[in-house]
Amino acid sequence: MRVCTYNTYDTANASDGEPVKIVKIYLKYPMNYTNCWKINPCIKRWRENKPYLRMLKHCFGTEAKSRAETKKKWRSVVGLEIHAQIQSNSKLFSGSSTMYGSPINSNVSFFDCATPGTLPVLNKRCVEAGILTALALSCKVNEVSLFDRKHYFYADLPAGYQITQQRQALAIDGELNFQVYTPGIHPRPYSKVSKIKQLQLEQDSGKSLHDLIAKRSLVDLNRAGIPLMELVFEPDLSDGEEAAALVKEIVLILKRLGTCSCKMEEGALRVDANISVNRPGEKLGTRTEVKNIGSIRSVAAAVKFEIDRQITEIENGGTIINETRSWDTEIRKTVPMRDKEEKQDYRFMPEPNLPPLHVHVTKEIKNKYGLVDVPLLQESLPELPEETRYNLKNNFGLDSTAAIILTNENNLLNIFEAVVKEDSKRKPKLVSNILINQLLTVVNRKALELDTCILNAQHIGELVDMLQNKTINLTTAENVLEEYITESSMTPKQIVEKNNWTQITDEHQLTQICKNILLQRADVVKKYKAGKTKVFRALVGAVAQETKNRADMATVVNILKKLLDE
Amino acid sequence: MNKILSRPIKQVSNKLNAGELKPSEICRAAVKLANASKPLNAYICVTGGSAELQAQESDARYAESQPLGTLDGIPIAIKDNFCTSGTATTCASLMLANFVPEYDATVYSRLKNVGAVLIGKTNLDQFAMGSGTIDSYFGPTKNLWKSTFMNNYFCHPSSESETSNKETSDVPDNWHIAGGSSGGSAIAVATGSCYAALGSDTGGSTRNPASYCGLVGLKPTYGLVSRHGLIPLVNSMDVPGIITRKIDDAVLVLNAIAGPDDFDSTMLKKEFTPIELPECPSVDGLRIGIPKQYKPPGLNVEVEKCLLDVSKHLEEGGAKIVPVSMPHTEHSIVCYSVLNQCEVASNMARYDGIEFGLRVDQNESTEQLYAETRCKGFNEVVRSRILTGNYFLLAENYENYFVRAMKVRRLIYEDFEKVWNSDIDLLLTPTTLTDAPRYREFISMDNQTQCSIQDVCTQPANMAGVPAVSFPVRLSSNGLPLSLQLMAPVLHEQQMLTTAKWIEQVLQFPEIVLKDSSLLM
Repeated sequence: MRVCTYNTYDTANASDGEPVKIVKIYLKYPMNYTNCWKINPCIKRWRENKPYLRMLKHCFGTEAKSRAETKKKWRSVVGLEIHAQIQSNSKLFSGSSTMYGSPINSNVSFFDCATPGTLPVLNKRCVEAGILTALALSCKVNEVSLFDRKHYFYADLPAGYQITQQRQALAIDGELNFQVYTPGIHPRPYSKVSKIKQLQLEQDSGKSLHDLIAKRSLVDLNRAGIPLMELVFEPDLSDGEEAAALVKEIVLILKRLGTCSCKMEEGALRVDANISVNRPGEKLGTRTEVKNIGSIRSVAAAVKFEIDRQITEIENGGTIINETRSWDTEIRKTVPMRDKEEKQDYRFMPEPNLPPLHVHVTKEIKNKYGLVDVPLLQESLPELPEETRYNLKNNFGLDSTAAIILTNENNLLNIFEAVVKEDSKRKPKLVSNILINQLLTVVNRKALELDTCILNAQHIGELVDMLQNKTINLTTAENVLEEYITESSMTPKQIVEKNNWTQITDEHQLTQICKNILLQRADVVKKYKAGKTKVFRALVGAVAQETKNRADMATVVNILKKLLDE
Repeated sequence: MNKILSRPIKQVSNKLNAGELKPSEICRAAVKLANASKPLNAYICVTGGSAELQAQESDARYAESQPLGTLDGIPIAIKDNFCTSGTATTCASLMLANFVPEYDATVYSRLKNVGAVLIGKTNLDQFAMGSGTIDSYFGPTKNLWKSTFMNNYFCHPSSESETSNKETSDVPDNWHIAGGSSGGSAIAVATGSCYAALGSDTGGSTRNPASYCGLVGLKPTYGLVSRHGLIPLVNSMDVPGIITRKIDDAVLVLNAIAGPDDFDSTMLKKEFTPIELPECPSVDGLRIGIPKQYKPPGLNVEVEKCLLDVSKHLEEGGAKIVPVSMPHTEHSIVCYSVLNQCEVASNMARYDGIEFGLRVDQNESTEQLYAETRCKGFNEVVRSRILTGNYFLLAENYENYFVRAMKVRRLIYEDFEKVWNSDIDLLLTPTTLTDAPRYREFISMDNQTQCSIQDVCTQPANMAGVPAVSFPVRLSSNGLPLSLQLMAPVLHEQQMLTTAKWIEQVLQFPEIVLKDSSLLM
């Protein structure tokens, strides 16, 4: 049996006899990572737009508004293709490093720049990562998969072809369950399923930079040959928010698996969307493809824009042509891509330098050739987001929204689990509320990044305990958190003590305070007794103010009612 | 010294070990001869300087009685489509005329590791596309046999027609071709400027020139010898080949270069056991098949006679000659043509003038740069194969050409399997249909037509991946070498070469030896 061999180690710059070297690529002026954002709008946007990143992280989607009335007349169909760079030390077919941000053309082996006579050698780590991902997406892993050459001429594709898997992919027929939840558009979370047609391994291309004025092009091959998994989804989605939600879920999964960094700002995860519209009952419309969308927010915006554009076009008597477009983040529009007018024939053919890739799929049979072991990888799968949400709802009694938010925020989830685990008397719902409402509110108000906040689960637990035993109330809890996050030299307990924020629960003391308020606000009491019961809130507020929010408000309400009814 | 250059490697090695001779002395003689034989144009580049250094290192090892093996200090040549670090590797094309690789092909690094001395890079048809070594950017390679240069040699036992050499010089283009595409390697070995040369064999490119030059041409099993560093023609058929004067010499080189290489994923994983041939080989009890389909139109009667005579010898030696049928052979060549051009179209896509090689001065657009670079850098043969191959690979044509050709390839492979399964040990066939054609006859047909004639008997072995060896039988009535070919099941080199050695000993094909008075004095 002739089976595919692998790079023995997934170590960058391994002593593989192919020293990594700088290729002679006629760079006319030096460029480095520190100034490349000036040229690359994708990086520029990323550098300048911090709030966008925060939003992305907090998964609150866009504020885009749906046009309900148009929607009824039209149906939109969306299918995604996701390119995810596999997290590996070396490239898919060579030993050179995959380190992002390395000096231009420094991660280039002879194979990567298509030096004649060099041959591809498959990196085992990439096969494992691909299969792990496939298993997480319930795909069927093919016992034998094949590599093909896809031909097209482009300066950043040194061989004139890309090695990909066209005839028989690594895995097929998967399924992804995810939650669509966009406050403002889909205020109530709902479940969605998208089928996965296939997961294939392929090479990334290099990068070209065109200087139109000086009429010269610069090529950086650091990215050439970086391993990619391409996930091809069936057109099962109906709008931009669903598309964005799907991408969010993929990001969660890949991060948990450690198979992709999912740093979209580095291009580690790129999305292509196929979009068409049709009237209900009619056949599917002509589709367009929006290429290389670089953020989750852009996915939602680009798909929405393209759907609206197509509808407007048709309603104005125009037609949709099958074309490739790109998403311009500056003008927030999709625009047709140049140099794609001609339909490409990729002239696929089998890659003759890579024998069929065999993997071991049957647990009962001994893996005697030392192939990549699918059952073993299956056993090593971590808990997946869908499972986490299920557990949060069923084991801890959280609602769907809370489950989604916690699952989306790994930091919060870890704290939640630690706090609940530490003391079984702690109420999971209360813990989740504090994390989602109080903590996130404070983080947003202070314009902080959740990832950079130093949060100690024991301290959060302490806070929960103080709430649960009524040492403090929710409002105080928020204040404590604010102080804790901004200058966390003290524990929540110490903060409460220092500020004398303990809750007043003593009924006698509270009755005294309430009596005083009723005396001071005799006018309000008068209105209340005249039947204007709404003003009751003003009295409650007055007590809160008087006690600097320290009063146990539930008790206060009872006392006030009792006093007023006397 | 002149005689030493045509001795078997083993004998030279003995002299080196005995201290009668130093590698640097042989090396200087070989380099001198390589330069002197320039009229035949065997070399694109003679690497005298680096050869001298390698030889001196070898001197030192012998002085300390620590040679690296039988090949230590032995001059070799390598076809100019194998990458050699620091030495231009041109594929006989303008496209790569300035290409200096920074890595060694595995076969070369292994030869270096056992102390072999590289004398130079040998001529070929551009990117090995051809069967005559006439389509080289650096001019054609001429056959030694019947050339005026042959006057520097004597034949042992002498061939009757030394006078007839003169006829070649009068009529223009009347010289005999060396065969190809590894014609440079063949002539390098024939002239004695090296003891062995590497060729590449995709459809017969090693065996064809060996056949026309009276040499041994070995094409090992596909996957036995690494292709890493061999600039590809057809990846699924390319095999580094070995050209020597004697079977034993080919075995020495094979033992040095064969075996798994992590850089070539298509290699057989099995550890390679070095081949050892007995001093007195035997063919007793062997079943040798003669496929009836290997008698295509145009097969010279003298070649047929060779086949009959060698069969007779083998029978006398105790082998059984069995007529066999390989019904799909006739389709092999057209199938090969399709697959060849598809892979060529793909493999040549990287020559765009961006990363290496030729780049024309053109800044109109990237597309224009590609087009002009490729138009100028490739000859017409290469360009037409690229065009045809891309046509075959178009989505609408793929099933009709590529897929069908792959199916036919499978049938040809199965023809071989059936033969081996019917207890046939080896196959005996012609290598080429005639002796070496004259240049003016050869160019009366275009490259593609010639390839389909020249490769007809050699190319099925590439389709099936089986080993094959061409060996000289006798001189034709024209005074040119005639050869035959043995083929064996995958990895059965040992048996194949043992038989070839037996035949070699029986036939005593004339050796050509540089006259003492010639050239090097």
